[in-house]
Amino acid sequence: MLQAIGVNDISALFEEIPAHLLADELSGVPTGMNEMEISRLMRARAAQHPQSVCFLGAGAYEHHIPAAVWEITTRGEFYSAYTPYQAEASQGTLQLVYEYQSMMTALTGMDVSNASMYDGASALAEAVLMAVRGNRKSKSRKILMPTTVHPAYRKTTQTIVQGQHIELVEVAYDQASGTTSLDALKQQAGEDITAVVIQQPNFFGNLEAVDEITDWAHENNILVIAVVNPLTLAILKAPGDWGVVGVDIACGDGQPLGAPLSAGGPYYGFMCCTDALVRQMPGRIVGRTVDQDGKEGFVLTLQAREQHIRRSKATSNICTNQGLVVTASTIHMSILGARGLERAAAACHANTLSLVKQLSQIEGVSCVFDSTYFHEAVLKLSKPAGEVLAALMDKNILGGYDLSGSYPELGNAMLVCATEMRTDEEISAYANALAEVIA
Amino acid sequence: MLIFEHSRTGRNGAPQSPKQKASVDDIPASLLRKNRAVLPEVSEMQAVRHFTRLSQKNFSIDTHFYPLGSCTMKYNPRACNTLAMLPGFLTRHPMAPAQQSQGFLACMYELQSMLCEATGMAAFSLAPMAGAQGEFAGVAMIEAYHKSRGDDARKEILVPNAAHGTNPATATMCGFSVKEIPTLDNGDVDLDALKKAVGPQTAGLMLTNPSTLGVFERQIETIAKVVHQAGGLLYYDGANLNAILGKIRPGDMGFDVIHSNLHKTFSTPHGGGGPGAGAVGVAKRLMPFLPLPVVDKEGENYRWLTEKDLPQTIGRLSAFMGNAGVLLRAYIYMRMLGREGMVRVAEFATLNANYMMAEAKRRGFELAIPDRRASHEFIITLKNEARDLHVTAMDFAKRLLDFGYHAPTTYFPLLVPECLLIEPTETEAKEVLDGFLDAMLQIREEAKTDPDLVKGAPYTLPVKRLDEVRAARQLDLAWKGVEN
Repeated sequence: MLQAIGVNDISALFEEIPAHLLADELSGVPTGMNEMEISRLMRARAAQHPQSVCFLGAGAYEHHIPAAVWEITTRGEFYSAYTPYQAEASQGTLQLVYEYQSMMTALTGMDVSNASMYDGASALAEAVLMAVRGNRKSKSRKILMPTTVHPAYRKTTQTIVQGQHIELVEVAYDQASGTTSLDALKQQAGEDITAVVIQQPNFFGNLEAVDEITDWAHENNILVIAVVNPLTLAILKAPGDWGVVGVDIACGDGQPLGAPLSAGGPYYGFMCCTDALVRQMPGRIVGRTVDQDGKEGFVLTLQAREQHIRRSKATSNICTNQGLVVTASTIHMSILGARGLERAAAACHANTLSLVKQLSQIEGVSCVFDSTYFHEAVLKLSKPAGEVLAALMDKNILGGYDLSGSYPELGNAMLVCATEMRTDEEISAYANALAEVIA
Repeated sequence: MLIFEHSRTGRNGAPQSPKQKASVDDIPASLLRKNRAVLPEVSEMQAVRHFTRLSQKNFSIDTHFYPLGSCTMKYNPRACNTLAMLPGFLTRHPMAPAQQSQGFLACMYELQSMLCEATGMAAFSLAPMAGAQGEFAGVAMIEAYHKSRGDDARKEILVPNAAHGTNPATATMCGFSVKEIPTLDNGDVDLDALKKAVGPQTAGLMLTNPSTLGVFERQIETIAKVVHQAGGLLYYDGANLNAILGKIRPGDMGFDVIHSNLHKTFSTPHGGGGPGAGAVGVAKRLMPFLPLPVVDKEGENYRWLTEKDLPQTIGRLSAFMGNAGVLLRAYIYMRMLGREGMVRVAEFATLNANYMMAEAKRRGFELAIPDRRASHEFIITLKNEARDLHVTAMDFAKRLLDFGYHAPTTYFPLLVPECLLIEPTETEAKEVLDGFLDAMLQIREEAKTDPDLVKGAPYTLPVKRLDEVRAARQLDLAWKGVEN
């Protein structure tokens, strides 16, 4: 090969690099390992994590995933393919994404879905940017952001939109119900507001008055962005049905539909909207069309919105979607079907009711809010939550999320969750452990 | 056939969900779903068969040569997947306490360190979930840096016109205006134009080196000096890091901030379009602005840095830890390569590209930049074929599919007419490279004798050329239950 190139030595191929800039040996990188060695290392690292029983949610949830889901997803044809730029050689991925988009529009009750975003938090940030582009009646670039929205979602949104002179206005929650205060919202009536965000169930697990908020917003020319958990949509009202006409944008994290907890990712963000907003949508979108012979096929479409065509005028800089996780999710939804998802979601709700009932009977533990909740709830403790959770961890129970950092006004409080994975025995064991710890 | 068209009412993978539907009677009716969502109603086996068959309609690295320029479609070692999916990693909740996550955190800390060493940067954050998000983080840090010095007038980002579209799109997202710098015919940046463009308004320059034209920017030291003297910072787009891994480090070239596409250089799977990972690295003066989370080591313990540790951070980019599972795969790959393997990556990727370039020339194809060394990729321009035979780069690309080769990147970079950007990567054998070039030659022969054959391609795939205009005009983005 060197001969064909006309050089004697491989180093000659790097002769255009100024010689004094060439790197020394990368002494800070260890020497290579073979597969036996790396397997030993990684098994040892994985074994350092105790297998605890998980009552922690807060945006990432342990659910059952059929064995078939990741078996098929990690087939080389899905795993090692790239973005479907050559449509004829990518019909598998393209059709799958079209099916995914169809499932997400069915779950959310929205008109269209894109091929996915990075995660739920960054999807919310993109939804905010999209609302600013889409609400032509508003000039303020002001977004109402209730504090019942996931704290990390709010922070991520702040990071991503801060360069574009967008103001995120906090809206307080009602102390008794732990839901967005309608009074606080209505104080904004008459102001020029671009969009309002509503999370359902909210970060505390409570159910928001989504119909009232949606209608109030639309009466005031405010676009509505819903942040939803897609599994709960098997039971809860679809954002497309909120209020009289439904929301404008629905987004969230797809993790509950087939992605393992996996230390925080990869998950995927989903984004759906009304037909009216489709040209403001960021990210890839797959459309169905026909080939030269009139046969059905699938392509990336509306690419004129995207960075590789419009460069500095694109709707977003995003190019990738989370294709592989979307693949898993599409298979997951197909195997469970709406009925399977409904049962899983209902079991989450029932287990959490049972958990809260047992835990709140313990002296020193009480419910904080009086709202209906779905599969998470806030409990007040007679001791600091950090201490209690650490003591539970010693008993191999991942007991919940310490709220004192993000919500100091709640005092000693934690957020608990019991998905369909938790058994009655595990829930009782948690109650016994908490009783010991709190005593 | 769509998965929905296999549906029969009531069918599903019953063993995959709780046996009974629990009551939800305590939830007010007004908050409940009105109608059951229309999802597929199929058995588990039907789903498995449907999606297995769909997978077989894809080209992929595991099945085909995939010389997609600027995308680094190298082999993804299977061990990376198997080991990243060990239950100890998969079941770890992202908010589990650091004390319970030391194995995972050790991997992340060492990944940060190896990236610093390989790129010559002072610190790394693994937070960005893709290259574009890495770019966003990098440019946001440039903005934060200038702002922290009260240097508010720097509102412009310079970008060579050969750059990826994400560069200008990112600069806009961060609130900057964009000025394009022309590129010379030899592939280097037009230095005179750069010198004229810089000034007190310059926040920074975004550069890919080797560039998207597949050549090393020889004036890099002068460019760095010009930008730095004007008070701007230098951003390295790591899309082409594979070409120089272990050979020359962006930090030594004078770059202040870089992102590395771990799904390219460090072989995490492309997954049909993601998830990627776009780790971002900085020189010392930008360290206070790194996005969270960052992993630190105190004594023998690993922990996350928080806003308290990095009060000037640009903030969070995701709800949790970016694409953690992707990061694990990159870590495993880097440990298997080791320092000696990293240099080999650059050497063999460059060898393969230069061999293909020489052999393409020998077969009579015109090179876009004939007098330069290729980096890990090179460009053929088919402008003569388009003019004389009326067969375009797109026609060549589609016909290549019939020969069992994924097409190279077409019509990028935008500067070169009728171009194919070809990146073979280090993991392909000589026979494969020869086979691809023979196919190119044969297609050119076909173009001379039977151009319609080439223009009608592909013939051997599940579909023929698709009507993209119709797709965009008669939008059909979701199955709505009623077939046309």
